[in-house]
Amino acid sequence: MGNGKTEKNKTIIDRLWNFFSSITLAVVVFSIISLTSIIGTIIEQQSQPERNIQLLAKFVGDSSAPVVFKILDAMGFTDMFHSWWFITLLFVFAANLIICSADRLPRKWKQVRDPIRPLTPEQFTAMPIKRELHLADKAEKANEITTSAIKKIGLKVQTHQLDNSLQLYGEKGRYSRLGVYVTHFSILLILIGAVVGIFFGFNGHLNLLEGTSSSVAYESSKREIPLGFVIRCDAFEVAFYENSDTPKSYKSWLTVIDQGKEVVKKEIEVNTPLTYKGITFYQANYGFSPNRNSLFRFSVSSNEGKRAAVQIHFGESFEIPGTNVVGRIVDFTPALGVDESGRLFTYAETMNNPAVFVEFTEGGKPKYQQWILRRYPETWKLQDGIVEFRGLWGAQYTGLQVRKDPGVWIVYLACIMMGIGLFAAFFMSHRKIWVRLEAAKGGTKVTLAALTNKNRISFEHKIDRVLKDLGNRT
Amino acid sequence: MDSSQFFGIASISYILAMVFYIAYLVLKNSTVGIVATTITCVGFLSHTAAFLMRWKEFYDIGQMGVLRAIPLTNLYESLIFFVWCLILGYLIIEWKYKNRSFGAFITPIAGMALAFIDISGMSKDIHPLIPALQSNWLLAHVTLSFLSYAAFALSFGTALMYLAVSTDDKKSGAYLFWTVTLGIFISVLLAMGVDFFVFKITVKSPEAFIKSYLFRATFRNSSGLVAGVSYVASLAIIFIVWRYGYKLGKLITSFSISKEVLDDLTYKNIAIGFPIFTIGGLIFGAIWADQAWGKYWTWDPKETWSLITWFVYAFYLHARFLRGWRGRKIAILAVIGFISTIFTYLGVNLLLSGLHSYGGM
Repeated sequence: MGNGKTEKNKTIIDRLWNFFSSITLAVVVFSIISLTSIIGTIIEQQSQPERNIQLLAKFVGDSSAPVVFKILDAMGFTDMFHSWWFITLLFVFAANLIICSADRLPRKWKQVRDPIRPLTPEQFTAMPIKRELHLADKAEKANEITTSAIKKIGLKVQTHQLDNSLQLYGEKGRYSRLGVYVTHFSILLILIGAVVGIFFGFNGHLNLLEGTSSSVAYESSKREIPLGFVIRCDAFEVAFYENSDTPKSYKSWLTVIDQGKEVVKKEIEVNTPLTYKGITFYQANYGFSPNRNSLFRFSVSSNEGKRAAVQIHFGESFEIPGTNVVGRIVDFTPALGVDESGRLFTYAETMNNPAVFVEFTEGGKPKYQQWILRRYPETWKLQDGIVEFRGLWGAQYTGLQVRKDPGVWIVYLACIMMGIGLFAAFFMSHRKIWVRLEAAKGGTKVTLAALTNKNRISFEHKIDRVLKDLGNRT
Repeated sequence: MDSSQFFGIASISYILAMVFYIAYLVLKNSTVGIVATTITCVGFLSHTAAFLMRWKEFYDIGQMGVLRAIPLTNLYESLIFFVWCLILGYLIIEWKYKNRSFGAFITPIAGMALAFIDISGMSKDIHPLIPALQSNWLLAHVTLSFLSYAAFALSFGTALMYLAVSTDDKKSGAYLFWTVTLGIFISVLLAMGVDFFVFKITVKSPEAFIKSYLFRATFRNSSGLVAGVSYVASLAIIFIVWRYGYKLGKLITSFSISKEVLDDLTYKNIAIGFPIFTIGGLIFGAIWADQAWGKYWTWDPKETWSLITWFVYAFYLHARFLRGWRGRKIAILAVIGFISTIFTYLGVNLLLSGLHSYGGM
């Protein structure tokens, strides 16, 4: 907008405007963001110093790695996407985007608002796409068939009568010229959404042992965030694909308790979170921490079919119903494996293949002992009945990602806008066509001129189709 | 018949098609051209059938919804899909431009890639999906990402051809740029080929292969001599490409492909790839991340590299429209864009750690 003024009259604002509206600035900011981001993907972000020092040692040697690390750390490269200078860069990028767009929008807007007008003969010859054709039809008929042929390729047609000729003209996709601006605006909206999220939302974490509840979540800095209600984990389970250690699903059964009442019960998984009062709980991770209160659950039945559900702590005993046979848990492993020489060992610290070792006695005398595996029903069968190992409850905790982000809807809206904007910008074009009809040689001379702001080849294909339509008539 | 036999038919067809496309260029006989296109189409159909069959196989063992069973969860499957997109893109170009000359350049890439995947013994086993990947967004996000990668690959090819046609002065920066790029490409591919042949028998899983054996037969060999020789050999390759690269330009010119068409094709492919990449790769990826992890953007290396790639192509488009860049400068940008794309696709998974690391191998 400072364009019209001379160098002398420039005010500070003009200078700032020119600075931010320059494409050079855009290129510089693009490049700096890209180059620093590359560094940010190489140096592990928010990770332990040792890991990065090890990494740096590969490039600069063991002796100077700690020094280089200290420098990088001080400059914010170990958490660079949250550093003040990177965020500043993003804001400069936003300012550049706003002002570049604002600088060009008025001119574009004029193009969009200006209705198409008939052309002067000079303008007619200056058009980039031109075709000529002779029709045997008289003026009126020629007008009619040309109009319908143009309409067929999707353009609205108007007419303009001159002394000895008639001009038909039409256009399509005027507003597609704004696609670029819609796209630019959507980028800004994403940044606005992100800022709203940062200021009015939070991102926390919460580990809940089965059977426990919490009214707060924790931010990474261990700061407590009150939820305003209570969340309880009723159970957590990892399911595996048959005969493998590939996890199939992580499930948490959660209950929301608001003002003393259970208001929501939901089973969550990765990709299906629970949302209550704007706070969303995502299945993030899990862990195993067996304790005194953990309960072993069995469904025990005798050979006669008598059944009992059993819940006991480690070291406690249960009876097979209707018999004198008593089982006592003497060993437990979350993941029982067998090595090549047949020895048993624990192969994981999570409940991949939970197993209990139970000693059975009858009337106080040792009878037999057996490993009972949750995932292998064939290990449940005993001489005196069936002991179905249903699992260990209260030993696993679910790791929940807890988030409140009121800005996310702005971001989603922006994403939709960006889709529309990009579609308009790349796959639509502003097409104009003018056709002059003049009486000649007992028929009509048709001269066609056309203009498009992009994708000229496909427009020419369409125009040739118009000509073919007309040609077929003669 | 199972999917791998159909993949076999596809690779043979593509290589056969290459022979016919070259014959077509030499003989300029339209019948030969039609045969070439027909064979490519047969290969493509077989490829499609194989893809769908694998989808079915995956669905049968995966115990999940049809949409979630799309076979696009490891490097083997993604490369196959990438090649499929590439051929699709090529057939569209052939049909739109009524020009068969590019076939001779695209079909060998496709045929060799499929054959390479086959010989290399990359994992063809079907693995069930881990929980994070069990989402309908997998289909939308991954297919669109690969479509855009394929479009970028085509733009890379035409941009390199443009540079080959338009530069013959060995001292010019553009000439140096494209010959060195091509030289490095050839060296890396050869080195990977050597790796595969050396370690094929000893290694069972592709994960182990790529994480610990990549370039171990050559550049990263424990013997300093072998590593040294490898570097010298790759320098020699780069030198040869530099020394004789102008002949490639002459060859392309002799096939009557004009510079303008190459420039236009480069732009067209980017104009198609860029919006698809933005919507499918970045936006759908963000939505999925939001649902799975509770954060739509985490600056994870894959995301960051996607953004870098996006910046490069955004720069390409702005330079073209606002500054009117044409020709060499813009062709170089297109080449850089694809290098960044490759890094987003493979480099991040191989070299950097992050949430997407399961996605590749």
